[in-house]
Amino acid sequence: MFQSVRKNQKSTDVPVVLVAEEITVAFGGFVAVKGMNLKLHEHDLHFLIGPNGAGKTTMLDVICGKTKPLSGTVKMADGTDLTRLKEHQVVRKGIGRKFQAPSIFAGLTVQENLTLAAETRRSPLQALGIQRYSKISPAMERITLQIGLQDRVDARAGALSHGEKQWLEIGMLLLQEPRVLLLDEPAAGMTDEETHKTGRLLQEIARERSVVVVEHDMEFVREYAAKVTVMHEGKLLKEGTMAEVQEDPRVAEVYLGKRRDDHAVAATN
Amino acid sequence: MMSALLKTGSLKMKIIWAVVLIMMCLAPLISTEFRLSLLAKFLALAILAIGLDLIWGYGGVLSLGHGVFFGLGGYAMAMYLKLQASGSTLPDFMGWSGLSGLPWFWEPFRSFPVALLLGIALPALLAFALGWFTFRNRITGVYFTILTQALVLITVTLFVGKQEWTGGTNGITGYNAIFGFTLHSAGTTIALYFITLAILVLAYLLCRRVVNSRFGQVLEAARDGENRVRFLGYDPAGFKTLAFALSGALAGIAGMLFVLQVGIISPSMMGIVPSIEMVLWVALGGRGTLIGAVIGAVVLNAAKTGISEAYPEGWLFVIGGLFVTVVLFMPNGLVGVYRHVVRLLKRRGEVVHVPVSQEKPKVY
Repeated sequence: MFQSVRKNQKSTDVPVVLVAEEITVAFGGFVAVKGMNLKLHEHDLHFLIGPNGAGKTTMLDVICGKTKPLSGTVKMADGTDLTRLKEHQVVRKGIGRKFQAPSIFAGLTVQENLTLAAETRRSPLQALGIQRYSKISPAMERITLQIGLQDRVDARAGALSHGEKQWLEIGMLLLQEPRVLLLDEPAAGMTDEETHKTGRLLQEIARERSVVVVEHDMEFVREYAAKVTVMHEGKLLKEGTMAEVQEDPRVAEVYLGKRRDDHAVAATN
Repeated sequence: MMSALLKTGSLKMKIIWAVVLIMMCLAPLISTEFRLSLLAKFLALAILAIGLDLIWGYGGVLSLGHGVFFGLGGYAMAMYLKLQASGSTLPDFMGWSGLSGLPWFWEPFRSFPVALLLGIALPALLAFALGWFTFRNRITGVYFTILTQALVLITVTLFVGKQEWTGGTNGITGYNAIFGFTLHSAGTTIALYFITLAILVLAYLLCRRVVNSRFGQVLEAARDGENRVRFLGYDPAGFKTLAFALSGALAGIAGMLFVLQVGIISPSMMGIVPSIEMVLWVALGGRGTLIGAVIGAVVLNAAKTGISEAYPEGWLFVIGGLFVTVVLFMPNGLVGVYRHVVRLLKRRGEVVHVPVSQEKPKVY
């Protein structure tokens, strides 16, 4: 399977990091994702869009191991099938997952949050031998600068603003040096300024890794997406640049036919 | 031991620690044997409270089954003492139940080191097994708590039913010496008191080490956001299982020391009510602070002894009332109240009132 993928990509010469093939997910009788394919390249800033219930978040859940698909495989470049691993094992394979609501440890300080993320000795027995409090490492310093929290390292994470919490979570994931970063609506609930800061942060991150973003804000997608995949009713509808996607009549139909809100109109403009 | 305790913390804390420990060491001088033996019993129970706090206060896992782990330790010690007391004859209750020979699993308890080892290992392994199957299958919160209650019911029923092996409802009693020393003589009482105190201090230091390690940090993080911990590449089940096993081991140690003080262990001491009382010690003292667990265990058991002496029927009402009071008004226990008062005193006189957000830890 990978040979064929590589052949197809020869022209662009960007290595493939991860391939999800024929993913089908069912919850009870409801089929959320039907035979979906997704291919991630290095340095991608890949946006996943589509109407509510299209299966975007479910796709992220499948890749990071949170949801087990009924059928299909998610393979890393070395051939590992992620669908067979547990969440923490998937993480150790280089997949980082950011959830929609900020999920950080509110009771711990920013530095403690980052320390937990940066730790590579993650087994319980190893953890017993490590001091809880450690100095801030150069990597952590670099990341706090990148996410703009360099002055807040000693603050309790619960005391941060919504935007800062989201950045902290992104920073925690970056410290793990993932090859693929999955983000679910990272800019939701942010002010315009915070949204732009987040967009620039994502572009920066994508220089070193493959980034997948599920997003509803079409303004945001238009501004920052390098590549867009449109999902509809659990299936792949269209893949390409934002311009290509916008010109596709089926995409317009899906958005206009189902939802007449501002985002949908914007998507078809 | 003292120097290890004094290594960290502020000077004020060091002085407080030193004073408390010296006072504890002087207790035999001013106390009657009876009172000293009681105090030693409370200190033994405090060892259990520390372990329970580790899994509940830090790990967020509420166990209402610690009576079982406590009981297993207690029975291990009682079996050794009973065999010593019986000499070459069969323990009396076995004869009454019509047994003619010692059951095979009683044999290892003839040896003190083996009994000691089993008194720690059996509860630890049982806790490990229960933790392994539940945490790995993501059974958490109230469902786990119900499972621990089921464990209590099963164990108590088994111990009551197998009278010929366990002494049934009467439990195992009728021994009064260890290594030839009479349990209630003055010298033995003082020696047992110091042994218990030393083990309590060791258990405290061990748990503080655990809490101040990356292990403790991950355990706390998993309490507040298990999913995030998982997606940082940790396996929360492993951390919880290990903490639960350690907690079980400490309960077993407490049970062994308890039997040495009290001279009896029976199913009623490992039942539902004692298991709930144990949780209350930690809740009253202050969940999530090791010293709170110690204070809670000692204070509540002292109160229980005092109230039961005066009004034998009153204790259950007191404990029920306390449970409601703690849950409603003192979510962080006595230590929480103390910290609150200190904060209020410090804040007085300051111009700016900085609201300190106090997040209540999750109960389960």
